Amino acid sequence: MSEAVLRPARVALVGNPNTGKTALFNALTGSRQKVANYAGVTVERKEGHLTTAAGRSLSILDLPGTYSLRARSPDEAVTRDAVLGKLAGEEAPDVVVAVADATNLRLVLRLILELKAVGRPMVLALNMYDIAQRQGLRIDLEGLQRELGCPIVTTVATRKRGIDELTAQVDALIASGVLATDNVWHEPSAGEIRTAHREAQRLLRAYVRPPERPDTLTAKLDAVLLHPVAGLAVLLGLLFVMFQAVFTWAGPPADLIEAGFALLGGWVGQMLPDGLLKDFIADGLIAGVGSVLVFLPQILVLFLFIILLEDFGYMARAAFLMDKIMGGAGLHGRAFIPLLSSFACAIPGIMAARVIDQKRDRMTTILVAPLMTCSARIPVYTLIIGAFIPDRAVGPGLNLQGLVMFGLYATGILSALVVAFVIRKIFWRGAVEPFLMELPTYKMPSAESVARNLLLRAQIFISRAGRIILPLMVLVWVLSTFPGPPAAATAPAIDYSFAGMIGHAIQPLFAPIGFNWQMVVALIPGFAAREVAVAALGTVYAVGDAEANAGALGARLAEQWSLATGLSFLAWYIFAPQCAATLGVVKRETNSWAWTGVMLFYMTALAYLASLVTYRTAVALGWG
Amino acid sequence: MHDMHPEARAETQGDHVGCIRLSTAQPGARGEIVEVRADHADGHGVDVHELERRLLEFGFVEGARFELLHQGLIFADPIAIRLDDMRVALRRRDAEDIWVRLDVR
Ligand SMILES: Nc1nc2c(ncn2[C@@H]2O[C@H](COP(=O)(O)OP(=O)(O)O)[C@@H](O)[C@H]2O)c(=O)[nH]1
Ligand SMILES: [Mg+2]
Repeated sequence: MSEAVLRPARVALVGNPNTGKTALFNALTGSRQKVANYAGVTVERKEGHLTTAAGRSLSILDLPGTYSLRARSPDEAVTRDAVLGKLAGEEAPDVVVAVADATNLRLVLRLILELKAVGRPMVLALNMYDIAQRQGLRIDLEGLQRELGCPIVTTVATRKRGIDELTAQVDALIASGVLATDNVWHEPSAGEIRTAHREAQRLLRAYVRPPERPDTLTAKLDAVLLHPVAGLAVLLGLLFVMFQAVFTWAGPPADLIEAGFALLGGWVGQMLPDGLLKDFIADGLIAGVGSVLVFLPQILVLFLFIILLEDFGYMARAAFLMDKIMGGAGLHGRAFIPLLSSFACAIPGIMAARVIDQKRDRMTTILVAPLMTCSARIPVYTLIIGAFIPDRAVGPGLNLQGLVMFGLYATGILSALVVAFVIRKIFWRGAVEPFLMELPTYKMPSAESVARNLLLRAQIFISRAGRIILPLMVLVWVLSTFPGPPAAATAPAIDYSFAGMIGHAIQPLFAPIGFNWQMVVALIPGFAAREVAVAALGTVYAVGDAEANAGALGARLAEQWSLATGLSFLAWYIFAPQCAATLGVVKRETNSWAWTGVMLFYMTALAYLASLVTYRTAVALGWG
Repeated sequence: MHDMHPEARAETQGDHVGCIRLSTAQPGARGEIVEVRADHADGHGVDVHELERRLLEFGFVEGARFELLHQGLIFADPIAIRLDDMRVALRRRDAEDIWVRLDVR
């Protein structure tokens, strides 16, 4: 029996960013794919399977885009190591498929020369051939094939054209028994890069005739979209639409999910006999899953926009426009999108930080993302503002409550910029990585690939919710349920639980910032998700269904708390490190408890400091 | 206006007659890249030779044609460049090592 039957032949897709590797990967493998992380790094590993016409089974690896095997980021290091066979737990690929954008060959030809030095059998896929043909670009495939010494296949990944030819070539290459030659690759010096460029240039001159109808759309669109003033205006407009969509489109399905889980909880409540099991399933499990899944619609709407803009080619433009504005604080232009997403929820924001290729920039972005005011804080803000801030006009069209709300958002953004600046100074000692970014040509996004990508994001979110967030939710439920209240209990049940005990025990720590023990107790279930604190306050103050009945709870709080305490609580929630889901995702994405610890520590410290200053100032003003 | 770098002026007496650093070019400027040479290492986070190689890998090589398309609103930074038949964005500080000769208009 041949070896091929025993294990699938490994094929790796390598190429510049935006050449259609992922589209090609999807066309090749369809739904037979699996996404995971590479061991030890937060780089997505996409592997898929297919069977060729000749019956050989192939395992395809979609590698991160790169301009060179001389890796400059963790993603590119994965590509290099995968190609060289140095990746822990992975063997070198049997065949490398170099994926090239047929309309933009210069840089990829140089990469191909590097790949040739590695010595693995190679096939060149000239992708985006539809665009090349539309432009009237002529490529002498025969000649190029001869010079490069590898078969060339033209493909249109988004329309699945050329896929069979590609697999046939890969198959033939393996069947012919071509063996890998010695790996003579080494990090090229500047001189060697220049020589390779000259060689690429020579190949281009000899075998590629410039397009008869070059793309003019990109230049026309860029005249507006990159314009310093008009471009920023368009960007702001887009953001406005995106935010509207996140809150309006996601509203109804989120309500539906919430209602569905309430119904399910109620139904299970009726089915099960009273007791711990019922409490656990209805209040712990179902409510826990529900409180995470309500964010799914928002996350999907956000990712729909992000994927559309990314596929269209706009994201690099947004990064260009925002680079200087964010760069002042030491953030990368590409940090813009993750931070923006964090206004909905820090979890997709932190996940979206993967678009930043420099490790330091990515880390800074992840660390400050939770400072953006996420939608889970809104119920808390609304409650406290409603209870303590008078609803009165302070100017034409300006309302004091609205102003305070705006102030809370603004403080969040400002502190993110300051923290990013400080992180850069402390951890990265001020080093600023070079900022070099290709601005891809604009392309119509393909509906299928958008849908597929969106589905993938949903799967990742749900599986994370299951594996990280849910256990934490259950832990919080256990803490606020056990031990149960004595028979003659007068106070609410939570008061007798571990959460209550912890609340009472650590309350002295919170006395300087004006928190009473009820607030401290409410913070503990609030660890599961920020808005749960509202429900928890309702529980400790024994106001039934606090979320639906915010008015009653607000009135109660206004009686019980001083204005200084109310303001202090608001200040705390600007930073509010107590979101288990966020911490879980940070651990996942940074792969480090140390960074997760740094985040928890700095946010708690800032929250405490902000509350302390707010409380003391308010007391001094006589609002105590 | 983005002032010409003092070193750029000094250099015009040497082997770069009529050349400027790409970092000092204005929107609409077009021409040819004459030399990519890493010669100052202030706080790039990578050493000069690494910066030079990254520029080369992005297609900033001697002989390449360029046109400065757009610049950012604040401090005219970063800049968007058409480089041969692709487009690239970079910060002016990273463009300092690229010497260009502008076309005479
Ligand atoms: N017209 C056309 N568009 C394509 C083709 N292949 C990919 N695309 C589009 O090019 C963009 C980048 O593709 P993607 O697979 O994400 O590139 P990657 O960065 O190399 O993984 C997406 O908008 C794709 O829909 C193709 O053959 N023809
Ligand atoms: Mg991809």
